[in-house]
Amino acid sequence: MTVNNSIELEDVNVWFGEGVKRVDAVLDASFAVEQGGSFGLVGESGSGKSTILKAITGLAGNWQGKINIMGKPLGETRTDEFYKSVQMVFQDPYASLHPRHTVDHVLSETLSLHKFDNIDERIVKVLNEVGLGQSFRFRYPHQLSGGQRQRVAIARALILEPSILLLDEPTSALDVSVQAEILNLLTDLREELNLTYLMVSHDLAVVGHMCSNVAVMNLGKIVELLTIEDMRAHKTEHPYTRELFEASL
Amino acid sequence: METLLEVDNLKVTFPTRTGNFEAVRDISFSLGRERLGIVGESGSGKSITGRSILRLIQKPGIVEAKQIALHGENLLDFTERQMRKVRGHRISMVMQDPKFSLNPVMKIGAQIIEGYRLHKNISKAEARIATLEMLEAVLIRDPERVFDAYPHEMSGGMGQRIMIAMMLIPGPEILIADEPTSALDVTVQKEVLEIMDKLVRERGMGLIFISHDLHLVSSFCDRVLIMYGGRIVETCQADRLHEAKHPYTRGLLNSMPILDQPKKYLEVLSRDDTWRDQLSVSGNK
Amino acid sequence: MNTGTQTNQTDVTLRAWLLSDAPTSRRQAKLASIYRAWLSFRSNPMAMVGLFILMMLVFVAIFAPVLATHNPLGQDLSVRLSPPGENGFFLGSDSLGRDILSRLIYGSRITLYIVALVALLAPIVGLFIGTAAGYIGGWTDQALMRITDIFLAFPRLILALAFVSALGAGIENAVLAIVLTAWPAYARLARAETLSIRNSDFISAVKLQGAGSLRIIVRHIWPLCISSLVIRVTLDMAGIILTAAGLGFLGLGAQPPSPEWGAMISEGRRFILDHWWVATMPGLAIFAVSLAFNLLGDGLRDVLDPKGQS
Repeated sequence: MTVNNSIELEDVNVWFGEGVKRVDAVLDASFAVEQGGSFGLVGESGSGKSTILKAITGLAGNWQGKINIMGKPLGETRTDEFYKSVQMVFQDPYASLHPRHTVDHVLSETLSLHKFDNIDERIVKVLNEVGLGQSFRFRYPHQLSGGQRQRVAIARALILEPSILLLDEPTSALDVSVQAEILNLLTDLREELNLTYLMVSHDLAVVGHMCSNVAVMNLGKIVELLTIEDMRAHKTEHPYTRELFEASL
Repeated sequence: METLLEVDNLKVTFPTRTGNFEAVRDISFSLGRERLGIVGESGSGKSITGRSILRLIQKPGIVEAKQIALHGENLLDFTERQMRKVRGHRISMVMQDPKFSLNPVMKIGAQIIEGYRLHKNISKAEARIATLEMLEAVLIRDPERVFDAYPHEMSGGMGQRIMIAMMLIPGPEILIADEPTSALDVTVQKEVLEIMDKLVRERGMGLIFISHDLHLVSSFCDRVLIMYGGRIVETCQADRLHEAKHPYTRGLLNSMPILDQPKKYLEVLSRDDTWRDQLSVSGNK
Repeated sequence: MNTGTQTNQTDVTLRAWLLSDAPTSRRQAKLASIYRAWLSFRSNPMAMVGLFILMMLVFVAIFAPVLATHNPLGQDLSVRLSPPGENGFFLGSDSLGRDILSRLIYGSRITLYIVALVALLAPIVGLFIGTAAGYIGGWTDQALMRITDIFLAFPRLILALAFVSALGAGIENAVLAIVLTAWPAYARLARAETLSIRNSDFISAVKLQGAGSLRIIVRHIWPLCISSLVIRVTLDMAGIILTAAGLGFLGLGAQPPSPEWGAMISEGRRFILDHWWVATMPGLAIFAVSLAFNLLGDGLRDVLDPKGQS
């Protein structure tokens, strides 16, 4: 019985700079995310977890190894088809929206880039999906709270109807009470739209809530792969995982 | 327990184009030789409270209070010159990111000595010895090397320990820590907090720990004040936090994901406007 | 906080519409943000003074024929060097008996011409080159920046001299010389802004939606660079007017009998001790307009540059 994997990484190395100035951010990373699954990458700063997301999206760094998205291997550049399958939600809601563009502009630009029709309808629909009413449609980012901005960022990611969402610490810059709302929204969306999540976080509790499988990273390497049940049962093997665990609780 | 600091009816207002913004609305609390936590989300007024004690709020902000009394002396009556003697020497403050609180173009040792000699009339050589001792006290393994290094060469955790050393060296009675570990990795947080705790205890100081992290504050402090909308909505002993009664506190506690208690949906805090109108709870011991 | 009474019902609703929290159309959102910027600008009294002076300049330039009391080129040697107030000359007359006030009024057109040309050409060229260099990076950046350096190396007056000797004297060539030496500063400014914006999350996000470099530069980077360029060119304008006046003073800019303010000062040099008004009046005019641009630039910076505010 084969399970379809949305994302597969095999022996992936990611580095920045060349020669003497080369910095290896990720070393020999391998893991797979099931279709419809939710996978967490945990680690501290400098562990390489965000770099993996950047390598998948082609936003930074040089990489080698194998990355398969929906069964198809990734090459040097990303195609339109890729952009319509994989989207990302960034960490800082105060930096991920263009300060001079309204919410409507942000959403309609994406749609016209890919020549979608029914732009108005789609915008209305996606704003409802993320729990923002129509009164937010023509606001500028500085007229929105952190939680509202993050909802707009999620709407922007969803408007192309992708099947995979990469989430880079989506709630770490938000207040605890707002975080709960956004995490609940993400839970609902995954169910309704049958999405696959790859989530990066330094917060074990958030990952435990959202994900079913976890890769623990330290200094660029994946030190352990676990299921969340294992984590809850404290069945951790690698000493770093245990250290991370104890510090979080 | 002796009372070190008494704050009565503190009010901080910022005039803006669209009206007066009241960041802190009539709160009162006291601090003894204990660890007091002030918890709140962004906009609750917790950081502004900390800064008001040291009179660091600049115009056009207006700070009003019946008193902010350090051992009975009202700091609001002090001149700027007198306040300069208080800051660093009697009350110190550690802030969130050492990247922004350490001077990037001065060597670490020089910065610490500069602050120290502002308050104590000693020679550079004596100050250097005291600094090296203090760096050891914050568990920096190679104090001589750190003394001659620049801040950007230090990791986040080390930078924060250096800040603590710098702030405690003049021997203040009260330390205000404003989100001291929020910019640090989880494994480093523990270390830094333990160091801070040890030093505060050894010196019999009072600590005001400001944070948005309810669990962190409750595990680290003796007493907790919870702020919302500029007011104190609840106070309790840190080990009895789970018995908290105010709906805001309960809402906060319940909205956090807990690894050992899986659930599909997190409880969402439903804000009640009446919370803003209720009077502040007194934070006296 | 709405202070003052609103007697007109439509005033209330228009203002409320503009300040609404939830705009319902693109147009409303755009107008609202312009209105808010205007309110912010309006609260700065010095900036309003600057704006007023410049509006006067434009007004005078447009209505010059109506406002001038005499023919600016009309000579009458019998009333040469008349003091202000005598012989019907409000600000006096120059060495050829021409009315200084009328010459100043017509000269404002020339000043505006210089301002408009330089303000339009130099920052736009700078924006194009700076943002392309900053965003694309690599060899493109190196090549464009070296070209920028070459133009930066030319001193304005020397270049103007070269143009004049090659193409003949005249205000157009003087302005061209100024534009050619002014655009590099804007290119550098635009490039610096681009470098700081280029790695922002919102740029990454739009790249991830499939946007190409051209769209990113034009739709995402330019809007953010434009504020600093506008502020910079406004603050530079005083210097540019003075440079044009200097060129006029040297005889390289506007040619006689054109009433360019700098040339007028030059003509009045000889009489400065006994007939001070011939040089001083145009000097005051240049001073007023330069000051106005500085005040306007400061006001714009307070409104457009968010770094100084929370």
